[in-house]
Amino acid sequence: MIFKVFKKQELARLYELLAVNIIVGPVNRGNDRNSNPLYDFDVVYDFDELALDYTQTMHSPKRFVLPYQETLSSFVMTHDGWEKHVDLNVYKPLVFFGMHACDINALNKLDLVLAQSTYPNPYYMGKRKNLFIIGLDCDPEPQCFCRSMGTDSAVHGFDLFLTDLGNKYFVEILSATAFDLLSQISCKDPSAKDHALYKQITGKKSKGYTAAVETSDLTKILDLEFESKAWDYWGDKCLSCGTCANVCPTCYCYGVDEHIDLDLKHAGKTKSLHSCNLIDFAKVAGGHNFRPTSASRLKYRYYHKHRGFVEAFEEPLCVGCGRCGAACLADITPPAVIASVRGEE
Amino acid sequence: MQNKLAFLDILEKNPASRRKEDPGSFEYTLPAEITSIYPLTATEKLYQIQIIDPIQRNDFSFRPGQFVMLELPGIGEAPFSISSSPVRHGDLELCIRAVGNFTNFLDRVERGTKVGVSGPFGTHFPLEKMQGNDLLLIGGGLGIVPLRSPLLSVLENRSRYGRVDIMYGAKSPAELLFTYQYEEWQRFDINLGITVDRADKKWQGRTGLITELLKERINQTVSLRENTYAIVCGPPVMFHFVCKMLTEAGLPMQKMFVSLERRMHCGRGKCCRCNIGSTYTCLDGPVFDYWSVMNLKEAI
Repeated sequence: MIFKVFKKQELARLYELLAVNIIVGPVNRGNDRNSNPLYDFDVVYDFDELALDYTQTMHSPKRFVLPYQETLSSFVMTHDGWEKHVDLNVYKPLVFFGMHACDINALNKLDLVLAQSTYPNPYYMGKRKNLFIIGLDCDPEPQCFCRSMGTDSAVHGFDLFLTDLGNKYFVEILSATAFDLLSQISCKDPSAKDHALYKQITGKKSKGYTAAVETSDLTKILDLEFESKAWDYWGDKCLSCGTCANVCPTCYCYGVDEHIDLDLKHAGKTKSLHSCNLIDFAKVAGGHNFRPTSASRLKYRYYHKHRGFVEAFEEPLCVGCGRCGAACLADITPPAVIASVRGEE
Repeated sequence: MQNKLAFLDILEKNPASRRKEDPGSFEYTLPAEITSIYPLTATEKLYQIQIIDPIQRNDFSFRPGQFVMLELPGIGEAPFSISSSPVRHGDLELCIRAVGNFTNFLDRVERGTKVGVSGPFGTHFPLEKMQGNDLLLIGGGLGIVPLRSPLLSVLENRSRYGRVDIMYGAKSPAELLFTYQYEEWQRFDINLGITVDRADKKWQGRTGLITELLKERINQTVSLRENTYAIVCGPPVMFHFVCKMLTEAGLPMQKMFVSLERRMHCGRGKCCRCNIGSTYTCLDGPVFDYWSVMNLKEAI
């Protein structure tokens, strides 16, 4: 890996170099009821719009690679049949300016199932392959348990990663495009002092976590505790609203609906992201529901993320960002659920 | 100076490929036509669906137990087990009950309707492993639908298998499927046992549960441990009792195969609707051996 450092004011220059592309970054979205600022990812048109000191965005950046609703194909009816047209809905590269490690790791996890498996999903891949990602270091929030999930630092899946060293940025460079870009601003090789400062800052970050999930033997414990009362306890609280999947950076389940235009000459096929907590998730034609209770659906969510995905890809489908717990109307958080299933309460 | 990033078009090569590793295959459906429709009962019909292009039709090869996604533009897309023999390639037979939005629409279409077919998807019954062994094909209700493809394949190669028993149970005589074929099947030296839960006035066959048929079959042999394979398709409650009985009769778990049913929106391991834990019914199934099913929570 190649490292560089540049002065903070050079960042605006970097932005300007990339400004011909569509840039997405964290922006301020007002305050919550406790006067804490709220952030979200959106398209930005000016460097000053970027809120690079953001804590955590409400939603994950997944809507730029997995839109909540997306047209998969459209049909034109002809006199003796129909024609199908496929459009991936991606035409331009996208620059992500200031993505935290958890969200970069979330995309890496989505790659495993959506791009690197049999039947790769072109709608995801088309968008994912056209991302230029500038990562940004962060300070742990109270809900963050990314360290337990091994996703507190990003090892791959970005072009540049910036760490704030006070008056300058320490940069990790992972692509030739990014290297080329940095050659156009004034930056230097890091000195021994910069190395020491970088290690000091990342070391301090790793000690700042307050939330944690004990993951040792979790796959086995989830199997052992499949009939645990803890699931009913959390199931009773769960409102089956699907908010957790809405904000989750790694939830990718979806449903497909088709509709006919009023002129009866065109039809479309739309994909909408779904949530396994919604009541109809596993309901089949004829009315049988394979997971009729909220407890069974909540349990399935944890099984998919922390057992099944581990079995398939050797890592959990969770980056420990804590957004689901922060957004949950019933205050259900993964650290609390997993601790109670483990019998640690 | 500004840096315009290069745009990568992933469908530039192979925009409409049929190779499953190409991204272009994801939304590709084979144009097909419903060539005939036979009503089987009040709610089930047998649809003959032919892939229109002769080369694509011939290239379409599947193994018994696999399924296809059938698409009607503007109405929907749904998974269906293939009921025809694999030697017929893309000349498919799908037996479909009118029960949901998609199938109720299908119930009203006429011959000649153009549909889209994608697949075949999923795992299959390992018939090649079963050769030289006795077979138990056990179906309950609509379970006969995925069972018919391996059955036809076995009948076509009858000499390669030992004793073949089919056990089929339905709620009532009016709900029995493929009744017109029973005589034909029996010409191939197979034991066909049919039972219904509730008889009507005309019914002269057996009444009772399928487990009673199975019990008689088990009593005819000392043990099922050697030389026997079983395929079980039906509702979850049937799996439970039949598989338990077969296990008690000595049939090893890895020689017992079931076909599971789940909601599916893609058939390609992407929508997660068919997940059991994290096992995809569409990729790792629908055919599982009983050992795998026992290892899956919530499977049956």
